[in-house]
Amino acid sequence: MPYRFLEEIATADVAFEAWEETREELFTSCAAALLRTMAAAPELVARQQEFTIDLEHEELDLLLFSFLQELIFYKDARQLLLHADRVQITERSGIHHLEAHVSGERISPGRHRLLVDVKAVTLHRFQVAFSDGLWRAVVVLDV
Amino acid sequence: MPLPPQLRKISDTIWELPVTFKEGMLVPARIIAPESLLGGMEAGVFDQAANVACLPGIINYSYCMPDGHWGYGFPIGGVAAFDPDTGVISPGGIGFDINCGMRLCLTSLTEEEVRPRIRELVDELFFAIPTGVGCTGFVRCSRSTFRRVIEHGSRWCLENGLALPDDLEMTEEGGCFEGADAGACSDKAIERGYDQIGTLGSGNHYCEIQVARPENIFDEATARAFGITVPNQIVIMFHCGSRGFGHQVATDYLQSFLKVMTVKYGIRLNDRELACAPFRSPEGQAYFAAMKCAANMGFANRQVILHRIREVFSRVFHRSPEDLGMRMVYDVSHNTAKLERHLIDGVERQLLVHRKGATRSLGPGMPGLPECYRKTGQPVIIGGSMETGSYLLAGLKSAAPTFYTTAHGSGRTMSRHQAKKMFQGRTLLKEMEQRGIHVRTASYGGLAEEAGLAYKNIDAVAQATEEAGLSRRIVKLEPIGNIKG
Repeated sequence: MPYRFLEEIATADVAFEAWEETREELFTSCAAALLRTMAAAPELVARQQEFTIDLEHEELDLLLFSFLQELIFYKDARQLLLHADRVQITERSGIHHLEAHVSGERISPGRHRLLVDVKAVTLHRFQVAFSDGLWRAVVVLDV
Repeated sequence: MPLPPQLRKISDTIWELPVTFKEGMLVPARIIAPESLLGGMEAGVFDQAANVACLPGIINYSYCMPDGHWGYGFPIGGVAAFDPDTGVISPGGIGFDINCGMRLCLTSLTEEEVRPRIRELVDELFFAIPTGVGCTGFVRCSRSTFRRVIEHGSRWCLENGLALPDDLEMTEEGGCFEGADAGACSDKAIERGYDQIGTLGSGNHYCEIQVARPENIFDEATARAFGITVPNQIVIMFHCGSRGFGHQVATDYLQSFLKVMTVKYGIRLNDRELACAPFRSPEGQAYFAAMKCAANMGFANRQVILHRIREVFSRVFHRSPEDLGMRMVYDVSHNTAKLERHLIDGVERQLLVHRKGATRSLGPGMPGLPECYRKTGQPVIIGGSMETGSYLLAGLKSAAPTFYTTAHGSGRTMSRHQAKKMFQGRTLLKEMEQRGIHVRTASYGGLAEEAGLAYKNIDAVAQATEEAGLSRRIVKLEPIGNIKG
């Protein structure tokens, strides 16, 4: 899951860049970066609960925005930290549909070595693009 | 950091980017800072202040305060006023943490009395005030009760035994934005925040036990009027906002505005984070009503935290909060949009003032002040880093050009990742302990990100606001105990 945190574009917040061969893997990597922002030990987030997230949007980048936002919603509304295990994106009549299988568990402050609460995905420098054979995304999170 | 070559010096504390700096600018952008702070601002600050100057209906200038730094949409420290009839409202000009703000509470205790109990106090506060990622509060309320909370703010707290009448008097807007409409908020926003009342969150949110030392008092008479009357007096300052509910309101409307901004209203911008809608449009009015709900959640959140703090002090010292003199100095927001009246070219007009990481600063005698502050001006609370201290200031009439607005904090100079590379949370905690600051944190990584050196010099920021006539220093408050999310 290649991603790296960026230091040069968000002084007060958290920025990361992810890159993958497919759109689906890119979404999964972005979800992993989001989880890593909140928990220093994402590998210790057990897959105790699993469910599916369904979303759609005309724009692929805003589909990613909505997807990450959904994961943040579950963090507050259900106190869940989530892995994106499998993502499927299909396109019909100009609309991108996302079906993501996610799994995780309720927040355990000691075990998950929590870092910082993510408030929102911002659109500051937000980008999803395909170049040189790779899908790339840049995301700035408000923390 | 190289400054933009177009930046023009207007005075020792005012720097201006002309409308030619960027295509589409409707007014110049003004950075309020001495040269020493200006040099530390990222290029993004100038770019973002210029982007704000492109928004329809902006009046006079797009401003950035002395603690300004690179944010998203508006810079942090960004201030802009809009004509309500021709201008816009933008969630990016308020921030995701709607009504993030500061509250300061007095005690009649002194450092000598509190020092021996500081560990116990900080530990008790840490258990009483939930902190950190995804934390939930002790107030058990249903979704329908939460709808009442967000329409009534601190008034709901008063009705439910979580506030004293004086608390509301000492809160901006009396602790309730009129016109809040829960119907303008999504079920998702309610779901995300209904059980978070009374929680601190994380990041730069904190609750601090501070001391007002005689050598840090700049104006004794005003300090006395603000309730600082005893040498080495202990006060409690905390910083937090509207939690997940406010974050979701902002996200919902950012997405909603993106859909209509260009297609329906023909507004084209070079930063989607500045997504906006005409203030008078149905979408603009709906966001304003929802934003007020989030603002009320911010007030209720801080009010419930204050209630918990009073309980903790009362328990530890076996005295009632009244006996301990636990009165509020003030509660002031630094992330809002408000309809206010200002003089523009000699004519009083109603304007929609956006403040993002910027504090309202009313001068003496101005409407909206509690009676007891009529002569002094509004208490302004500027939070510093957890290591260096914070300031209590007073508002000034000379802040009229910035729509009576001043700075809100130190402003970061170092990214969070850079701070984590430079500082170790556990080491920092020990070093602070040696310097007499006892800290409890939900996250050592998070603590490292908030190291004092990651921020601008708070003394320079507070002094800059005074030199620029935005607010004047009354007392510097130094931390002796801190809880962090």
